Amino acid sequence: MQEIIDYIVSLNIPLIDEGVARFIMHLVLASIIAVVAPAMLIILTWLERKIIARIQDRIGPNRAGPFGLLQGFADMIKMFTKEDITPATADRIVYNIAPGLSVISAIMVFAVIPFAPGFVGADLNVALIYIVAIGGFGTLSILMGGWASNNKYALLGAFRVVAMLLTYEIPMVVALIIVTLAAGSMSMVDIIEAQSGMWYIVSLPVVFLIFFLSGIAETGRSPFDLIEAESELIAGFHTEYSGIKFGMFMIGEYVHMFALSFFCAVLFLGGWQIPFIDVAAIPGPFGPILGLISLIIKVFLVVFVLMWFRGTLPRFRIDHLLDFGWKFLVPLSLVLLIGVAVVVRLFAPGSSAGVPVEPGPLSALGTPGEVVALLVMNILVAAAAVALVSTAARRSRSKGLRAVASVEPVAASGK
Amino acid sequence: MPFDPAMFDPSQIPLVEIVFWAMTVCTIGGALGVVTSRNLFHSALYLILSFFGVSGYYVLLNAGFLAVVQLFVYVGAIAVLVLFAIMFSRRMMAAGQSQANQQWWVAGPVVIVLFVMLLAVVGSISWPVTEAEPSGDVVNQLGLAFLGSYLIPFEVVGVLLSVALIGAIILAREKTAEE
Amino acid sequence: MTTIPLSWWLTVSAALFSIGMYGALTRRNAIGILMGVELILNAVNINLVAFWRYIAPNDVAGQIFAIIVISVAAAEAAVGLAIVIAVYRRRHSAVVEELDILKN
Repeated sequence: MQEIIDYIVSLNIPLIDEGVARFIMHLVLASIIAVVAPAMLIILTWLERKIIARIQDRIGPNRAGPFGLLQGFADMIKMFTKEDITPATADRIVYNIAPGLSVISAIMVFAVIPFAPGFVGADLNVALIYIVAIGGFGTLSILMGGWASNNKYALLGAFRVVAMLLTYEIPMVVALIIVTLAAGSMSMVDIIEAQSGMWYIVSLPVVFLIFFLSGIAETGRSPFDLIEAESELIAGFHTEYSGIKFGMFMIGEYVHMFALSFFCAVLFLGGWQIPFIDVAAIPGPFGPILGLISLIIKVFLVVFVLMWFRGTLPRFRIDHLLDFGWKFLVPLSLVLLIGVAVVVRLFAPGSSAGVPVEPGPLSALGTPGEVVALLVMNILVAAAAVALVSTAARRSRSKGLRAVASVEPVAASGK
Repeated sequence: MPFDPAMFDPSQIPLVEIVFWAMTVCTIGGALGVVTSRNLFHSALYLILSFFGVSGYYVLLNAGFLAVVQLFVYVGAIAVLVLFAIMFSRRMMAAGQSQANQQWWVAGPVVIVLFVMLLAVVGSISWPVTEAEPSGDVVNQLGLAFLGSYLIPFEVVGVLLSVALIGAIILAREKTAEE
Repeated sequence: MTTIPLSWWLTVSAALFSIGMYGALTRRNAIGILMGVELILNAVNINLVAFWRYIAPNDVAGQIFAIIVISVAAAEAAVGLAIVIAVYRRRHSAVVEELDILKN
């Protein structure tokens, strides 16, 4: 990005100096993100419907344009032209702000994601906390939407969703802390560089799973999609919304899912890195373009896995959801935090992010040793957790849980 | 080098004063909305606006970590808690009556006198202001300090939060039939 | 930070403190009082961070103090709101003037 700014300055246009060129560059980047991210809704909805249809052994939309590619546009036109009804007793200002806040919070997190070597909106040194803080606004927008609709069922739907969001925020934050520990910094650019040895999905697979599952719960996708449980609470907290405001909640959800895929790609899959090639060293425009392409491939891989989950898994019940979050993910993530802290300390090199730290006892083994140790520790903790849970299930009084934990069926139903 | 908000030198941009006034409008305006609004839910939303303004102040004061922590803890957690408490303890949209109690005509002048006294104190002392800038990576320094010279307050705060967590759960629990 | 003098920050913090105190003294609803107290704590934090920045920017003690104040405020808000919810369940009212069982 610095090269583009230097190029603009070298054109010697009057009134444009370094500061103005930088501002213009940032403005252009921000505009691209602000336009592309909601517009991804069209591509993502088409992709989702096609993928889920194929999983369910049908074809999916194929009427609107070749392969149904214009289906997203048809949906958008329908959404725009629907009548915009506001309930008479609704709290007008809050009712109107809630969908906008949901979309704003989903788009703002793109400011700290590095798209290519050198191309990042704002390389904050507290980027991970920024992401979680901005994600918290989405929670607020749901509460505002549920309350302002002046509808008991919308409020109940909002309560359930916010309870789930607050539950799963904890394992997500702890997983991010673990990544910070392993990388030595909260800045996204530093985390990508720290993965030049080995991507974190290889050395911290269980942490990736925790982050991924908590992220799915945070965005409200299946199997955690209480929000869209049409057979329950009508439509949850957006019962009273119609037309473009409902469309904005949809945009917020899809952009949030897209942002989650970006986080998984950057934090665990190495961002714009390509294995065995040093992308940052490639000169000219080819390095960033190659990095951007590799990042987009990884992002769409994660998006595909998300849609695969939606097509295959049934929905969780609210009490199962909360049990899974509080009783399994939170203790597991805390134990992993301690484990990773111990391993990172054992293998600490002479300095961590510029601060001189005394080297750990096993630092001679270097990065491969650290990767192997983290992987082994992850697998051990996960195995211990699963063994604990299945022992508890075997001893529990519920027949269904015993059947799940052991290999005999519940009842020999005539076979 | 990652962009450390502590190293950001805002005096090179003439926009600092504009941002300061914008944040002041958010903070003080939000605070006035909290104490004068008739609708309790709107008070909570004004409180959130006020928290945003304070977070902007922290960014202006080169305390970037504190700004995001303020957003995370106050807006993401405390404000949601306040909204939940409001929703649990009122019927839907029962607004209208004034929210001020009998003593407002005494509290008003007292508070104004307090403010004037504070201003007098602030104006009369010449503060030993330095021109130094914060140096180094503040997040690193915070981490080292919390586990170094400020370890005991850190641990005490941890115990305090655990106690508050358990206490809040017990207090707000629904009583079962035999209790 | 040469464009904004320290006294401006202290004035803003004093104003926020006074408004928070007014809120804590005059609101009828218990949650309104708690919101006033949160404003007071925020004003204190602004003061702390302003002093840290202008007088001793190389000593992190100011920010540490502010972080501890934020943590204590969070703990106090949690317990206070739990009490309000519990009281509301018994007495069906969160207005503090009506919570006078101990009187006389």
